[in-house]
Amino acid sequence: MKFTWFHLMPWPHLPDDFREKHRSVWVDIPSTIYDPVRGHAVYNEYLDQLEYADSLGFDAIGVNEHHQNAYGLMPSPNIMAASLARRSSKSALMVLGNSIALYNPPIRVAEEFAMLDVISGGRLCAGFPVGTSMDTNYCYGTVPALTREKYAEAHDLIIKAWTQDGPFPFNGRYNKLRYVNCWPKPIQNPHPPVFIPGGGSIETWDFCLDHDYNYSYLSYSGYLRGRKLLDGYWERAAQKGKDNSPYRAGFAQIICVGETDAEAEKLYAEHCSYFYNRCLHIYGGFADAPGYRTIKTIQANVLSQMTPTEAAKLPLTPWKELVEQRMVVAGGPETVRQQLEELIKDLRVGHLFCLFQIGNMPGDKVRHSTKLFAEKVMPKLKNIWPDHADDNRFWIKPIQKRAVPARLAMEAAQ
Amino acid sequence: MMDSRTLKVSDGRAKIQVLEAGHGPDLVFFHGAGGVTAMDPFLDALSRRFRVKAPLLPGYGESDGGDNFRTMLDITLLGLDILDALKVENPLVVGHSMGGMLAAEMAATAANDIKRLALIAPAGLWLDAHPIPDVFAALPADYPALLFHDVKLGEQLITAGVNLDDHEFLRGFLIQASRQLGFAGKMLFPIPDRGLSERLYRIKAKTLLIWGDDDKLIKPVYAKAFREKIRNTDYVEIKNAGHMVTLEQPEAVISALARLAA
Repeated sequence: MKFTWFHLMPWPHLPDDFREKHRSVWVDIPSTIYDPVRGHAVYNEYLDQLEYADSLGFDAIGVNEHHQNAYGLMPSPNIMAASLARRSSKSALMVLGNSIALYNPPIRVAEEFAMLDVISGGRLCAGFPVGTSMDTNYCYGTVPALTREKYAEAHDLIIKAWTQDGPFPFNGRYNKLRYVNCWPKPIQNPHPPVFIPGGGSIETWDFCLDHDYNYSYLSYSGYLRGRKLLDGYWERAAQKGKDNSPYRAGFAQIICVGETDAEAEKLYAEHCSYFYNRCLHIYGGFADAPGYRTIKTIQANVLSQMTPTEAAKLPLTPWKELVEQRMVVAGGPETVRQQLEELIKDLRVGHLFCLFQIGNMPGDKVRHSTKLFAEKVMPKLKNIWPDHADDNRFWIKPIQKRAVPARLAMEAAQ
Repeated sequence: MMDSRTLKVSDGRAKIQVLEAGHGPDLVFFHGAGGVTAMDPFLDALSRRFRVKAPLLPGYGESDGGDNFRTMLDITLLGLDILDALKVENPLVVGHSMGGMLAAEMAATAANDIKRLALIAPAGLWLDAHPIPDVFAALPADYPALLFHDVKLGEQLITAGVNLDDHEFLRGFLIQASRQLGFAGKMLFPIPDRGLSERLYRIKAKTLLIWGDDDKLIKPVYAKAFREKIRNTDYVEIKNAGHMVTLEQPEAVISALARLAA
């Protein structure tokens, strides 16, 4: 079982009346709310947390890409991963990922990901999301109905740039390149493992299965609701005659570990409330631009599309319900272990993207929860898939002899 | 209720439903982003004075094949292919909103073929001083105030029967929005400007611009911008009407069209 310590990097200083005063945390949130001097402390604290996770033995540390929002402050996840490449030594770098339809030309992603893979000695996991509609359509102006075609072409170009010797011409619909020539190339051969985070589009299932990419479902409505989607994915895998290695699938989960169930509520409830209330306060008009989802996906009804009234209620969900519905997995180490075991086996996932820093949760609480998890929960779940222990198709293959940054070498010597 | 038939056009890449009714001079009507149906009261009124043919763009009604059309040029040529397939002699070409943008593009591209053109509150230009609201981020409840002078009428015509809290209804609504606005987005998203202002000079048609005086989506000031670029224009501004001037003041619109046809 692979555990990724995943950061969203939310803005932790949204005012108490944010919901009342503003219609959305994304796209048109006033830029005046952002304070760069406070931002300096926030970014550095968040990077410290990721480095701390590396030191505790998480399999990967994870970052992602979002734009124009206070939900997640990484317009460029590659900048974060570059910093982590030099300040971590063991974990995979899970960049989940670059919204490849937005890069012009997308060869930029092939180059930057290759740089990260080379700098880190082959520790990169390459994520290729389509991107949320807020990011892709409303912030970056991609025509909704063309988003998926652009995405598919960008994917083909990047993989070709990594796997084929350059230079070669690429005559795409959206990219006309006479000389594609990726310098540097990634260390991992033929290329870093590819992770596709899905928001619920069923076309993505076939795409992942056909290429043997990991499919990961990212949602905040918990694994009880995520099941419908993962069940569909596994059913599709069987139809296509694919094996059922759990490493084909991943799931993201908010996790809060305390010494006891009561301590978890006491320490973390307010921060989960901040997250659901403010970080997920997304104006309905920005949630899904018409044309962004395919008709097939809407018809398949796997999204459990929330009505406006249901969506409005979500942020007001009290702690007890968040925990009961497993939107948040929280409690003492044994409670968390039990629930995650259920999640992992029910969804049949080999990758868990663990969210420990929630909303405005301060660093000391983040470290407390992370440490309890690393010491008392993770070891007991590590070997949950013994039959697939040798399946390394969906994981990094770092080189053995890796350079050690001088400063880390000095610290190690002291 | 209008007659309906479907045509295969553009080398078989598009299936186009055409609504037809009426007697009189030939008129081809290109609809706006909200689409039209066989029950449309404006088309019904129009068909009392004209022989109306209203093709539906891919994603609207039974029309299909939108995936084969991506750029404004693709869609302009689709429009011209539809016009060819309708086999009408020298028709009055009319477009409303998005359909006006398309009709203007067609008239600029096939300048010698389109001789009479009516643009009703057309999209296609962008003035920084008068930004057009983002219809793609608007919620259904916002439409009446955005599109109508008489908001109550807008509520009756647009939002009556809309119940987004019903899961089945919501799904149907999302599918329709995805088909229709998904295609419209190729012309209008995120800013309804695909360079038309640089092509308007080519239009040779006698052109009539029609606007509702209380259009809150594309303000009447845009009429001036169109008239500055098209050489032979007339302008009619209709009182007590918003962007859906066709539904709010159909008779005034039709009288203006009849004068152009005469």
